[in-house]
Amino acid sequence: MKKKIVLLISVFLVSIFLSGKNDLSAIEGKGDKKSEKKVITACDGETQVVLNDVSKDEVMTREKAQEVANMLLATYQQQKKYQSTKFTRRDSLIWERELKAMIEEGYKWFHDPSLGTNGISCDMCHPDATDTHPETYPKFQIQLKKIALLRDMINWCIENPMEGKPLKEDDPRMKAIEAYIIWARANQDPRPHAKTLNPGKR
Amino acid sequence: MPKMPSERKEEQYLKERDEFFKALPKLNRRQFIKVAMASAAVALAKNQFPPHSFQLVEAVEAKQGGGTEVKFRFAYISDTHLYERKLNERFVRAALKAVQDVNALDPQPDFVLFGGDLAQLGQPEELKLGKEILSELKPKLYMMVGEHDWYLDLGEKWIELFGKPYYSFDHKGVHFIVLNSVLVDDYWTETKMTPMERMKFMAQLDNPKGRPFTVGRGYGDVGKKQFEWLKQDLAKVSKDTPIVVFSHSPLYKYYKPWNFWTDDAEEVQALLRPFKNVTVIHGHTHQPVFNRIGNINFYGMLSTAWPWPYAPTGLPKLTIKMNRADPFDQFDGTGDGTVEVLANGKANKIYNLWSREPMKVTARYLESGGKEEVPPVPVDPSF
Repeated sequence: MKKKIVLLISVFLVSIFLSGKNDLSAIEGKGDKKSEKKVITACDGETQVVLNDVSKDEVMTREKAQEVANMLLATYQQQKKYQSTKFTRRDSLIWERELKAMIEEGYKWFHDPSLGTNGISCDMCHPDATDTHPETYPKFQIQLKKIALLRDMINWCIENPMEGKPLKEDDPRMKAIEAYIIWARANQDPRPHAKTLNPGKR
Repeated sequence: MPKMPSERKEEQYLKERDEFFKALPKLNRRQFIKVAMASAAVALAKNQFPPHSFQLVEAVEAKQGGGTEVKFRFAYISDTHLYERKLNERFVRAALKAVQDVNALDPQPDFVLFGGDLAQLGQPEELKLGKEILSELKPKLYMMVGEHDWYLDLGEKWIELFGKPYYSFDHKGVHFIVLNSVLVDDYWTETKMTPMERMKFMAQLDNPKGRPFTVGRGYGDVGKKQFEWLKQDLAKVSKDTPIVVFSHSPLYKYYKPWNFWTDDAEEVQALLRPFKNVTVIHGHTHQPVFNRIGNINFYGMLSTAWPWPYAPTGLPKLTIKMNRADPFDQFDGTGDGTVEVLANGKANKIYNLWSREPMKVTARYLESGGKEEVPPVPVDPSF
């Protein structure tokens, strides 16, 4: 599914790109330059569409570009390249292991008072990450009087109830805590509103 | 930056609310009517509560007749979760606030119950600090143990400081029982845990390997002895005598993954079944939670340290949920409270929420299946 979306987007981008002045398409036919046809290659570098009605230097209309993009995707799918792209069991095991490691790292920090200075850890008020409601961010945080992301509230808790120093936004601990919270709420909270959050599955 | 009009309105409300709370204590009948009217105006200004649901509690005179007049009151403080003072001032402040509340009650309660989890990690310094803070209380103090007090040394220091972990006493015709309801199976011997590892394992509420609390089971023969004692103690009490049981864990099954749970609850309930009036007051859940099973009314106590979220499942139907606590206010969702014991042996519970209107839950509300004397239902906040 993800592969398909990536392809669609890239085809779309290619088509937009080609509708501009630049032209990166391959050249078919080595004869008269005026008869050169426009050839458009998909992001796999192999699938091509040769346009009989558009010359090499011609700028396509947006409608035409969209038509070409659709055609390119159809050709690609016909060639069953999509189906032939396989993940091995080894691949999925690696991905699962990596995901689990990050969530476990987050679980560890979520239960670790060393982020603060007064013995308090995140889980003390938020068992199983309850009442962290990650699905509600970004939002205007009334008390902060500004738009907050989940990480802003994590840092707020670290600085205030836990009396610690805030983490940098790209701190691996911050990323891990976010990963744990989002995962925990998506996978454990049986309340209906929480089901809207389903990372990795959409 | 110019203030938004809505912000000014909010400030005005908070100011009015502050004044309202300052005016609450020591009201006579005339003043009560005045404040009640002001409170209705505040509620209207806030545009949150329909006026009829805003109830001023405590100052309202009890209805006469039928034994519903208040015979006596006791106060409670619970779940202070103290660390050493040099590590954490925050929870010390909260515990002191509760002590001040109780000392300021007029009239003074007959006694104070401490609901367990005095310490966070069972450290002798934490327990000693707790004892020092609670020694400031003017009324007589009854202590109950929580799992945070117990699992560093299996109660050794707690017993040294406070005495027996389970006992009973009689007060003005009511039989009170204090239980140690935090007994679990031995999870530390086989896994060779150090005392501190054992304590931290127990202190983690969302521990997936956590063990369920019991009154009459658990490691060694502590539970068995307690259960035998409870049977014998109850055998001496007439069935008409009102009974109030204090337990740290709820004496029913609410949510096992967080140990909002007593595994042998049914067995304890069975011992209490022959009695006419039974009330169970429990700690551990850090939230307004109330229940009725058979002949027993249950009320959970507030923590002074922090509120727990409501568990995702298993919440008793009769519980009216407190809306979400504001994380920006240390004292929101926390507090202390009082229990009024009526002449007819029933007990009503007052939740003294520090940043909100107090909430009164009556035995009549529970016994009518939630139809009568319904406490006001809170409106969800915007954060």
